[in-house]
Amino acid sequence: MIEFKNIVKRFGDKLVLDNVSHKMEAGKTNLIIGTSGSGKTVMQKCLVGLIEPDSGDIIYDGVSFTHMSEEERKLLRQQIGMLFQGSALFDSMNVEDNIKFPLDMFTKDKQQVKLKRVNEVLERVNLVGSNKKFPSEISGGMKKRVGIARAIVLNPKFLFCDEPNSGLDPQTSMLIDKLISDITKEFNMTTIVNTHDMNSVMEIGDNIIYLKDGKKEWSGNSKEIIFSENKNLNQFIFASEFLQDAKEMRMIESRKG
Amino acid sequence: MNFFSHIGRYLMMLKGMFGRPENSKLYWKEFIHQCAEIGIGSLGIVCIISIFMGAVSAVQAAYQIVNPLISKVIIAQIVRDTVILEFAPTLICIVLAGVVGSKIASELGNMRVSEQIDAIEIMGINSKNYLIMPKIGAAILMIPMLVIIAMFLGILGGRLTVAASGVIPTDVYDKGLMEFFKPYNVFFAMVKAYTFAFIISSVPAYFGYYVNGGSLEIGRSSTKSVVVSCVLILLADYILAALLL
Repeated sequence: MIEFKNIVKRFGDKLVLDNVSHKMEAGKTNLIIGTSGSGKTVMQKCLVGLIEPDSGDIIYDGVSFTHMSEEERKLLRQQIGMLFQGSALFDSMNVEDNIKFPLDMFTKDKQQVKLKRVNEVLERVNLVGSNKKFPSEISGGMKKRVGIARAIVLNPKFLFCDEPNSGLDPQTSMLIDKLISDITKEFNMTTIVNTHDMNSVMEIGDNIIYLKDGKKEWSGNSKEIIFSENKNLNQFIFASEFLQDAKEMRMIESRKG
Repeated sequence: MNFFSHIGRYLMMLKGMFGRPENSKLYWKEFIHQCAEIGIGSLGIVCIISIFMGAVSAVQAAYQIVNPLISKVIIAQIVRDTVILEFAPTLICIVLAGVVGSKIASELGNMRVSEQIDAIEIMGINSKNYLIMPKIGAAILMIPMLVIIAMFLGILGGRLTVAASGVIPTDVYDKGLMEFFKPYNVFFAMVKAYTFAFIISSVPAYFGYYVNGGSLEIGRSSTKSVVVSCVLILLADYILAALLL
């Protein structure tokens, strides 16, 4: 479980995160949603320590991350996997070497054992046989899946995904969402996903936090979001007529259920 | 950012570079890779420039010595000393600042912009230690070697020119090379080579590592790193000459 309390972050005069607190639950897919510029990415970067918050506390399984030494953070980070918005694969390495990199760095297993593990995770993300391809030779969706494979190769306790569906077609987006959700349940990870993809919100949002202008505006799950009367949230989620109709359909179905 | 902020951040980067490697084998592999990139990757251009600078020195020395009272042997000595003292360490390092420096800056800049450095940090790896240290180490090992090669090839270039143009016989040129040779000059050249190697690798690493923005910024920081490296090389050249000669 990850808990953050009263996180404040400013860049110059601009207040990007304003006293944000929430609990991210283990074994669930936790979503941070909000419009562009609402502070989602800064929030996630604060959580993993890439950006230091000005004040507030971040707690991983009861231990304060904010007060950890650099060495303690390095150890904790070995339990964190992260999928970046642009996948962040190493250009000079092929798919296999990209995934094997954390294993090479942190384990003393034999090459055969490492390759077996690489093939296991490749199979898990449906990329069997792509071992020798370079990042420049694969599609955006495949890059995301390689990114996920690299993030989970060390069996992390915490998985962070920054806009995993950006730049992907709806079908591939659904595959990535399902993959993230399945992996979370399978390995009982605490997964935190930054997204503004409505499909992700509805399909995999076990625990959702909505940020607006750096403030926590709403929190709940994908069922509660349909019945929310928060005006800003409704404007954000159900922006188009099509989505409004979908919301009404869901509400009717839920009431019937 | 002002000048002192840059200096402070540069020093912080150098400090952050030191730390216990997570896996020595992987760091060693990266170091060897960088040695090949910097050393073997620059060998061709170093060879071409060295031969021509020796050749041009010989032609120009011969052109300027018109007094029949001055022995032609001095052409060899002029070529030897200019190549060892200045051309091989300084000129070659200025060229390497362009070749190696821009490569280091753009490689790290690209890694920063595409979040690869963040990915390394998230894995619990000291990115400065893993990415910058092997580059600086490899430059400090390989660039002085390239400078030594440049010295030999420069002198050889001069010999080929005098042989081809018939200004002086090659045995006279060889004799001239042996006369009044000061081994201290080689020591001085090596001090310069190590100093410049550090500048060529650490300054571009700084500009690349802290790139902010997109592909345009990578190009800008790469150019800036080459310009700053060249100015620092010339400044260090003057300071070392004033101190050691």
